[in-house]
Amino acid sequence: MTANSAERLYEGADWDFATLQRIHDACEKIAKSELGLDVYPNQIEVITAEQMLDAYSSVGMPLYYKHWSFGKHFAHQEAFYRKGLMGLAYEIVINSSPCISYLMEENTATMQTLVIAHAAFGHNHFFKNNYLFKQWTDADGILDYLDFAKGYVAQCEERHGRLAVEQTLDAAHALMSHGVDRYPGKKKLDLRAEEKRAGQRRSHEESAFNDLWRTVPTGPLKSASTLSDERRRTLLGLPQENLLYFLEKSAPRLQSWQRELLRIVRHIAQYFYPQGQVKVMNEGTATYVHYRIMMRLHEQGLISDGNFLEFLQSHTNVVFQPDFDDPRFSGFNPYALGFAMMQDIERIVVNPEDEDREWFPDIAGTGDAMAVLRDVWANYRDESFINQFLSPRLMRKMRMFHLHDDPAETAGIRVDAIHDARGYRRVRRELARQYDVGFIDANIEVVDVDLAGDRRLMLRHTVVKGAQLNEADAKRVLQHLADLWSYDVSLAEVDATGTLLKEHVSSPRGIPAAA
Amino acid sequence: MHIVDRRLNPSSKSLENRQRFLRRAKALVQGAVKKSAQDRDIKDVLEGGEVSIPLDGMNEPRFRREGGTRDMVLPGNKKFVEGDILPRSGEGSGKASEPGEGDGEDAFRFVLSRNEFVDLFLDDLELPDLAKRKLAEAESEGLHRAGYATSGSPANISVTRTVRLALARRVALRRPRPETIAQLEAEIANCDEPRCSELLVEIDALKAKARRIPFIDPIDIRYRRFETVPKPVAQAVMFCLMDVSGSMSEHMKDLAKRFYMLLYVFLTRRYRHVEIVFIRHTDRAEEVDEDTFFHGPASGGTLVSSALATMHDIVRSRFRPADWNIYAAQASDGDNSYADGDVAGRLLIEKILPVTQFFAYLEVGEAGGHPGFELSGSSLWTLYQRLQAEGAPLSMRKVSDRSEIFPVFHDLFKRRRHQERAAS
Repeated sequence: MTANSAERLYEGADWDFATLQRIHDACEKIAKSELGLDVYPNQIEVITAEQMLDAYSSVGMPLYYKHWSFGKHFAHQEAFYRKGLMGLAYEIVINSSPCISYLMEENTATMQTLVIAHAAFGHNHFFKNNYLFKQWTDADGILDYLDFAKGYVAQCEERHGRLAVEQTLDAAHALMSHGVDRYPGKKKLDLRAEEKRAGQRRSHEESAFNDLWRTVPTGPLKSASTLSDERRRTLLGLPQENLLYFLEKSAPRLQSWQRELLRIVRHIAQYFYPQGQVKVMNEGTATYVHYRIMMRLHEQGLISDGNFLEFLQSHTNVVFQPDFDDPRFSGFNPYALGFAMMQDIERIVVNPEDEDREWFPDIAGTGDAMAVLRDVWANYRDESFINQFLSPRLMRKMRMFHLHDDPAETAGIRVDAIHDARGYRRVRRELARQYDVGFIDANIEVVDVDLAGDRRLMLRHTVVKGAQLNEADAKRVLQHLADLWSYDVSLAEVDATGTLLKEHVSSPRGIPAAA
Repeated sequence: MHIVDRRLNPSSKSLENRQRFLRRAKALVQGAVKKSAQDRDIKDVLEGGEVSIPLDGMNEPRFRREGGTRDMVLPGNKKFVEGDILPRSGEGSGKASEPGEGDGEDAFRFVLSRNEFVDLFLDDLELPDLAKRKLAEAESEGLHRAGYATSGSPANISVTRTVRLALARRVALRRPRPETIAQLEAEIANCDEPRCSELLVEIDALKAKARRIPFIDPIDIRYRRFETVPKPVAQAVMFCLMDVSGSMSEHMKDLAKRFYMLLYVFLTRRYRHVEIVFIRHTDRAEEVDEDTFFHGPASGGTLVSSALATMHDIVRSRFRPADWNIYAAQASDGDNSYADGDVAGRLLIEKILPVTQFFAYLEVGEAGGHPGFELSGSSLWTLYQRLQAEGAPLSMRKVSDRSEIFPVFHDLFKRRRHQERAAS
């Protein structure tokens, strides 16, 4: 390095707030002028390791309502952390405006630089520009909404007792994975207005309450059977895959505060929903951005060779992908896969080979890697991203192969495709399918309610590739569902041909079971 | 962009959630604590530490799928080609966990702090019949001086404090001193006209000022303040007697020591007003401090009566049975010289048992020994058994293995619900 150390952002490992400011400004310059990123304003929060653990256990959110399950996660994480099995991930970043990134005070200046580059610019840009987040989440309102939720839950506990609230939340949490709208079409959530409406609903109920209405004699009820099946389902909005939404709107015996709790859990689930669909891209983007920024800082002489080596070491750890037969293997590391793909795209754009021209005619050799990447980051999610951009070269490099495990095949597991000319497309399609939302969660819908009879709620699980629900867990979840619905619930598992494979039935527990 | 320093925020945001979790899992955690306590050294027990509870009942169920045909894409192919068949149990079998398949473990491990651990462990233990005597007023209120107050009853006026404040105020406000006025008046007596009227004016001004600034003002007044503090009367003293003579092997001592350590933890945790007296004996008994009791070397013969006598002396001199609930726990290998049996028995019956609420005897045996190690009991065992049969309030247990300490401990100090406990 020819640069003299006076221009360095920092020396050694120590940092203070002025250092952080300098680091941020240097990163910002590179991110905006060289990479052309577009980010939310940043808010950087310095926290202790214990606070980091706290943040972990409440899904990285700075505030959350109180619930035992977060305590359980905390205890679990802490045990791992103490045993040294798990270093704390060095970054938690929140999809909000301003975008909040946490820095741990124990980290060296180099690590802080890395986190700022990674979270405050990489993730931040992705949150702001990716279409899924734009479509589904309301970055401006989330923190206020969580604050409202926290207060509301605490208020409910005071009014209705902790146990009752806990049970409702337990049930809602069990259904959380099926409490989201998977397909856009509805309006994007406006959480601020949501919070206001919740307040208005409550005050209206309070002001319009008149006990006399109870005593008004009602005429004979319209017999439900006169409604045609079709009409009834339409009225109830069936089939409905968002179970929490359905219960909130139609469960006959829920209190209004319980409906509000379901609503809160549903909104939070919806907020987190996109994050599950872009794990690879999100981490890949952030890792790629931090790598580029750190490289530039080093080139400009803003960080010393020693510090740069320190960065490389942790970077290498992050993007390490163990092989399938390595005891450390637990699926694809999203950081590794994402980063490798981003670098691969850069290579294809800047320096393609014949194979790349053949596979990626649209982008090969166009020269402006950042423009292509920014477009990719904005318009894809994991599944489509892998399906389009996983190159043969990368498949060879990571030596990917596809296994097909059919229980009917007694001989064993078949290797269906490997990284060769015949297998590229199949391997790529299969890997993309692993990230397909349709495959990640079981496809379960409410299909009907027996209004004429015993009010039984009927659900259907459409079985894909013969994977049925885990019996014990399904039983528990259905129990929660029945408690909320307060009549019997049945879940039929049906395969593609419409054959009934299995039926689970659950009845509500009349009395709240004490935990 | 701005930087926020959150390090000063209260950091244990998760504490309440953690407590909720522990409350919810209480039965499970308690079981796990007992179990893990049996498998480890007591010293570690005091450390708290990791426990694992079955996930059942603590898990958060979700709809999960399993089975069916699975397709996986894996990295790191070394030798497979398309069409290979891999045996299911062998290398490369479905080791890969599907995404979204969270914890397939059947136990949930986490770390309890020392306090949480011991709390749970001791939760269903209690010294028997504590506070039998003075239970009518379990806590009487005592008065303690606690500084001064600006209001109170006249009887409590603190003169010194009041005067001190008044003096300070008078100095601060420059109240003319009587001596100054007297001096000026004396000057009037022998002075000529113009000076005289000057002096008169001055004296008047001073007197007026003295009237304006009172000698003692209501704002100076201070009253002695008292606070009521609960004064516990349910105080107990626990005598730990241990045989450290030559007939006690290291293993036995170890058992006894463990028993007492646990006892000690239990007492210091549960009752803040329990005094503990350690008496170890060979053929002579001495009162020692805790450290010596557990770690000090000693050897010699065995005279149990010496320990009982020492205990009796201490009771007489320091713990009046009228004010103290007295408990004793004795650990020994059961050996005692023949001549001593009667003496010890008499001491127990006549002196010790009448003043104690509870006397526990723990007989320790060699490792691997059967819980009823000898067909005919040891000399002490026989003696105590006879006393018990006669209705003396004795509890006795035999222990030969470390893992038995805990159940015994439980037995000795289990809440006796069937017994009337007026204190509650």
